[in-house]
Amino acid sequence: SVNGEWRSSKVSTGTTIIAVTYDGGVVIGSDSRASMGGEYVSSRVINKVVQVHDKIFCCMAGSLADAQAVTNAVIHQLSFHSMQMGEPPLVQSAASIMRSFCYNHRDELSAGFIVAGWDSKRGPQVFQVSLGGMVLEQEFTIAGSGSTYIYGYVDAKFKPGMTREECLTFTTNALSLAMDRDNVSGGVVHLAIVTEKEAEKQLIPGNKLPVIQSLE
Amino acid sequence: MQGSISDHGTSKGLKMGTTIIAIEFDGGVVLGSDSRVSAGASVVNRVMNKLSPLHDKIYCALSGSAADAQTIAEIVNYQLDVHSVEVGEDPLVRSAATLVKNISYKYKEELSAHLIVGGWDKKEGGQVFATLNGLITRQPFAVGGSGSSYIYGFVDAEYRRRMTRQECQEFVINSLTLAMNRDGSSGGVAYLVTIDSEGVEEKCVLGNELPRFYDRDVVEPAKTEKV
Repeated sequence: SVNGEWRSSKVSTGTTIIAVTYDGGVVIGSDSRASMGGEYVSSRVINKVVQVHDKIFCCMAGSLADAQAVTNAVIHQLSFHSMQMGEPPLVQSAASIMRSFCYNHRDELSAGFIVAGWDSKRGPQVFQVSLGGMVLEQEFTIAGSGSTYIYGYVDAKFKPGMTREECLTFTTNALSLAMDRDNVSGGVVHLAIVTEKEAEKQLIPGNKLPVIQSLE
Repeated sequence: MQGSISDHGTSKGLKMGTTIIAIEFDGGVVLGSDSRVSAGASVVNRVMNKLSPLHDKIYCALSGSAADAQTIAEIVNYQLDVHSVEVGEDPLVRSAATLVKNISYKYKEELSAHLIVGGWDKKEGGQVFATLNGLITRQPFAVGGSGSSYIYGFVDAEYRRRMTRQECQEFVINSLTLAMNRDGSSGGVAYLVTIDSEGVEEKCVLGNELPRFYDRDVVEPAKTEKV
């Protein structure tokens, strides 16, 4: 707007984030836009997929300040926990630590997360830790403002036990569709693919995203 | 295009949360809607047909405030009757959409309803017009209502040009089902109307006949064994 109302609003990640399990691993993805007041894009390349441990990643949505603060606290606590146990942490532990922050400070925080990764006890897992501190384990999950537009798509297209390639296509398509419709999601697609062997990061620039058919 | 956000219905009247969709194919159109009318948290009518005839081969899909939408449809129905007598033949779909648009635009501050107009005429064949907030635009397909937000990704990905009549009907039923599964203000049964040069086919798909999508936590009942 002419008055630059965005200057007085906080930075939020109007966002689309997604995590999907497949046969042997999990794909985690996000867009890359940080916006202020729904008008100004304060960063077009931020990475909302944060590595909290070797094989565990976390996606942020909501207020960027809150999300970063909580994520940093989780990284710290998780590394300590993992040292105490003497082994790599469970994905469920990461989700639990995330949840206790979100729940205990629920009146002050306004951020939601997806925690996903691989551990030796239960393999690939996805947890949604939402605003007030609820934890829900699912085969796949979507979150953020852009997720509204792709509920129909992911409900229709998800199948359990996909291959790695099918899962990557599913995730990239879903993000692309959401980025096309949500004005506070956009930019590039950040991906992380976690399997028993390794955690791999990928970036898909805007011009390499799948093209959605136009309404001609 | 967003539909109305549901209010506490008792003070502001009935809202049709709703999911509506219309798509054209070569030779006609398919219109579809859910059947839920809510007043706040209460479902006041679970079998409401939101596909309303404006003329023999022109229908509209209603969403938003129930009273506003129904009134607009009735007024336009009357105006089209007069118009078709004056011109001596069946009205164009574009004429119907324009009449809807005129009311939506003139009273845009007071009204809160979105009508999608779809039909067949001999000049242009099957057509779909969106009339949100007083604009008029012809589109290959249109979605509306609160439930439509959840299916934008799906319809963007699945729509292809030149689908057949059958494929369009499946597209509409799938889209409605997905939206009804996610939107609290949409639900019930799915109503379908298919219009082409031959006539109008009305169909109602009951809740248990709607397509099922994968859900890990749904357990199919075990078949009982006979002793």
